[in-house]
Amino acid sequence: MTNRKTWLYFIPYGLWLALFVIAPVGLIIYQSFFDLGHHFTVANYSTYFQSATYLKMTLNSVWYAFLITLFTVLISYPTAYFLHQLKHRQFWLLLVILPTWINILLKAYAFIGIFSQAGLANQFLTFIGIGPQQILFTNASFIFVATYIQIPFMILPIFNALDDLNPAFINASKDLGASAWQTFHRVIFPLTLPGVKAGVQAVFIPSLSLFMLTRLIGGNKVITLGTAIEEHFLTTMNWGMGSTIGVVLIVAMIIVMTLTGDQKPKGGTPR
Amino acid sequence: MKRHLANTYLVLVFLILYAPILFLIVYSFSQGDTMTNYHGFTWRHYQTLFSDARMLAIVANTLLVALLSSLIATLIGTLGALSINRTTKRVTRESLLTLNNVLMVSPDVIIGASFLIFFTMLKIPLGFGSVLMSHIAFEIPIVVLMVLPRLREMSTSMLDAAQDLGATTRQLLSRVIIPFISPGIFAGFFMALTYSLDDFAVTFFVTGNGFSTLSVEIYSRARQGINLEINALSGVMFLFSLLLVGGYYWIQQASQKRKHRKREVVS
Repeated sequence: MTNRKTWLYFIPYGLWLALFVIAPVGLIIYQSFFDLGHHFTVANYSTYFQSATYLKMTLNSVWYAFLITLFTVLISYPTAYFLHQLKHRQFWLLLVILPTWINILLKAYAFIGIFSQAGLANQFLTFIGIGPQQILFTNASFIFVATYIQIPFMILPIFNALDDLNPAFINASKDLGASAWQTFHRVIFPLTLPGVKAGVQAVFIPSLSLFMLTRLIGGNKVITLGTAIEEHFLTTMNWGMGSTIGVVLIVAMIIVMTLTGDQKPKGGTPR
Repeated sequence: MKRHLANTYLVLVFLILYAPILFLIVYSFSQGDTMTNYHGFTWRHYQTLFSDARMLAIVANTLLVALLSSLIATLIGTLGALSINRTTKRVTRESLLTLNNVLMVSPDVIIGASFLIFFTMLKIPLGFGSVLMSHIAFEIPIVVLMVLPRLREMSTSMLDAAQDLGATTRQLLSRVIIPFISPGIFAGFFMALTYSLDDFAVTFFVTGNGFSTLSVEIYSRARQGINLEINALSGVMFLFSLLLVGGYYWIQQASQKRKHRKREVVS
């Protein structure tokens, strides 16, 4: 009796799994085989792989996501490392997480003001004698804002990895005569690499699909996979092609997940 | 010396993290109409915000969707965690967890696009209903991930004891299991709430015409340029996030304290 009753509890969750996890993934693959006239075809895929525009867009998107991830790691690793040495580190970590609770659109909007013609950034450039520049709607501003938004999601898993690191290893390394750099390079960094990998997972894939930033900050100059999907679905209404790019994005995601190892995605989300 | 450098670096990072947010809030009190020169203090933009009927309706919509979806997601997610925890076969558990995490790792655009196809195929009209369902859908996995660790910490001897003493399944659930995992349930609810309030991309895909949440509204207004009413809105939202973070932090601290207390009793 107990067993049958507990199976009833599984029904809503099971329905969710079927309707909102399995069905949508199936539907997007299914839809990618239909053209505008609802005929079953592989034309979308052949167009995608033969068109220089689509391939260039994909490479561009991957390149920008790579740059964003690289800058995020370069800024976040030292931050997490120094943060971890502080006395009230949990409190400081909370302060790192706090900006992620501010709506992402508001942060993008702030940068529209900061980077505008007479904005804060240009006032600073004028002050140091460079003179005002066009900052908004450039590729650099897109990378800057995307990096800004992703930093907390990278700091968090690296911080957690540092927290899991047994301090005895560091002491042992020092006792055995390793210099500070050797200890970092040979002991601390390799042991916190899982944290970096989890961070890359949490940053790289969203960076492929940030379409609101390309519109608001990048001025439509950078087209990411996400922008292309959004455009096909909501502007040109070519759902088949949009789904095809979606399948490409899913494949890219699986590749990244496999490359960054089989460890559980841990601390990749704010908690 | 080294400590100095490290601290300077940290100060710099924190400055960059908070500068845009402070910048928004400072200009929400400026008498001008742009975010370029500060023109003296005023509450004017807050007055505009609080008399903007459209904006207030959207805030109400957003809060309604967030609260309702988090409540339902917490319920379904907790039941899901209970069932995952009951599975005895390792393979079943692992595949359930993998399926659970699909929506956690998928890019927002994919979730939005696939839900749009799903709703259109089932002829579900786009609007409040579709947004609510989508939010419930992407909040469930985080609730499961928050509740599961608490369930694993629960000792089976406690459950056996309750059953030996004649507790029914319902009593077991309401008197033993739910109270024990409640910190996880609360954490899951809070995370679901922030996921909902923070979401833009998924909502943007499934919202259709006529229904809007804050993120979508900010997006369309920001595309039209600077409007200091949005700055006032960010001031209000920052305050709200502070309260949420405070609440979340307090719950975590409280549950940790309880754990410590229990350890003291045991030792």
